[in-house]
Amino acid sequence: MSTMTTEGPTRSRRTLKLRNTLTSWSFILPNFLGFGAITLLPVILLFYISFTKWNVFGKATWIGTANFTRLLHDASFHKALINTLYYSALHIPLTLVISLSMALLLNTKMRGVTFFRTAAFFPFITSIVAISAVWNMLYSPDYGVINQVLRSVGIDNPPGWTNSSTWAMPALIIVSVWRDAGYYMLLFLAGLQTVPRDLYEAARTDGANAWQRFVNVTLPCLRPTTFFITVILTIGSLKIFDLVLVMTNGGPGQATTVLSQFIYKKGFLENDYGYASSAAVVLFLISIGITVVQFVVNKKRDES
Amino acid sequence: MWRVLGYLALTAASIGVLVPFFWMAASSLKHNNEVFTIPVKWIPSPVVWHNYVEIFVKSDMITWIKNTLFLSVVITFLQVFTGSFAAYGFSKMRFRGRDVLFLAYIGTIAVPWQAYMIPQFIIFSKIHLTNTLWAMVALQAFGAFGVFLMKQFFDSVPHELSEAARVDGLSEYGIYRRIMLPLSVPAIASLSLLTFVNVWNDYLGPLIYLRSHSIWTIQLGLNSFISQYNADYALIMTGSVLSVLPIAIIFAFGQRYFVEGIATTGIKG
Repeated sequence: MSTMTTEGPTRSRRTLKLRNTLTSWSFILPNFLGFGAITLLPVILLFYISFTKWNVFGKATWIGTANFTRLLHDASFHKALINTLYYSALHIPLTLVISLSMALLLNTKMRGVTFFRTAAFFPFITSIVAISAVWNMLYSPDYGVINQVLRSVGIDNPPGWTNSSTWAMPALIIVSVWRDAGYYMLLFLAGLQTVPRDLYEAARTDGANAWQRFVNVTLPCLRPTTFFITVILTIGSLKIFDLVLVMTNGGPGQATTVLSQFIYKKGFLENDYGYASSAAVVLFLISIGITVVQFVVNKKRDES
Repeated sequence: MWRVLGYLALTAASIGVLVPFFWMAASSLKHNNEVFTIPVKWIPSPVVWHNYVEIFVKSDMITWIKNTLFLSVVITFLQVFTGSFAAYGFSKMRFRGRDVLFLAYIGTIAVPWQAYMIPQFIIFSKIHLTNTLWAMVALQAFGAFGVFLMKQFFDSVPHELSEAARVDGLSEYGIYRRIMLPLSVPAIASLSLLTFVNVWNDYLGPLIYLRSHSIWTIQLGLNSFISQYNADYALIMTGSVLSVLPIAIIFAFGQRYFVEGIATTGIKG
């Protein structure tokens, strides 16, 4: 706006500035009205509700930190939290390794690479309901394709998958890695494009083999990408829900009940809004906490 | 040697990715008692096309598709229109509080929806908007995602371009309409496709907000069909194929825009 500030007397400058502000807001407003009411307001309201006792018909009663104390002693909340961490602890590294491997494979000049890039991304845009229906059948203990294959390679007692409390969670993790890997592969591919070619050439003339080039050139150059992907993957893992709900409904028993599902159950099935909100605050704080850590670490690295 | 290993890996990965889809499509064309056989029958014989008629008789597939189509189109339009409009304000105009406001937009992207779905539901209940298709429209049309994606794109358009247009006397709306919109067609395509697919596939939102059967979306309907006809494996697969088919077609045509959209929004968070 430099042209505006240098010309004209003060009053018209002020009018211009006001008009500029109004014009700016006219662009933002159609979206902001919706965004403010439907996203921003609920996020703020969440904290208030978490300190109240509130159900659909009743009024909100302020009960201080009682909901949070209750969470501390709630065994099913602990189970949900542990399941969420269990899921994340396997889902994050597995997805990272597999999507990075696929990206490296696709970054070569082989035939069929374009086809595979398209194919690998497809599970990510397929609905959870359809995916769950198919995989539940593939997992079927007696006649399912997976156990038939396992038996044919000599495993006589293959897992009961979603029917078994031990194997239900790994079964879910396999599906979610299968679903997500193509998406993260695309992000890694975008990151790989930014690695300078001449670094590889230099490494090659220094006699570095493929593995050494990967460790000393690719990985360091990819670090911002890897870091970013780890963070969104972590947030994605913490909020896992739809897949669990549709595939196992948290079962058998509580074997696959996760944090988001705990919130859903307390809120929408038991109408215990206040208590559900306090669990949601925990999810909120973990997610934001991780994002903040990312910012701090990122900044530190930029400075050093 | 490396090349052979590479091709082997590529083939193995392709099979791993695609087999579930292949099995789904194959099973949708089988008689019910041929879905689970030992050994697995990969090619249906005879091919039972009738499943694709029966599913429409046994379920409200047409209603579900109509509702989902309505939501996907309306939400996509609003998301693209209000999102790109707001993104222009954030990217090309300067005003007090701009950066703080944009931070609020970005911030909510990092907050899982599950964390604030309850206060949101309470607000919708208070204004009596639950159990309507419009609740879903309100819920998804004004997301931060569209603003974010479009701003990423507008930021890449040189500021000199809009400055020059301003000097030539074009209003801000004129610059948006005549310069930015035509330039941003690829970004709009990305945003439209991603939004459309998200709405089409959404399960949790409709589960919470759409109670009456007449306003169910395809995901809700399909899931209820699966629990109702839980032994009709072939028909369940038929329904699943139908729910995936529109997305597959859109994806086949717009693959480039999906990839571009993911790459631009993903990487610069």
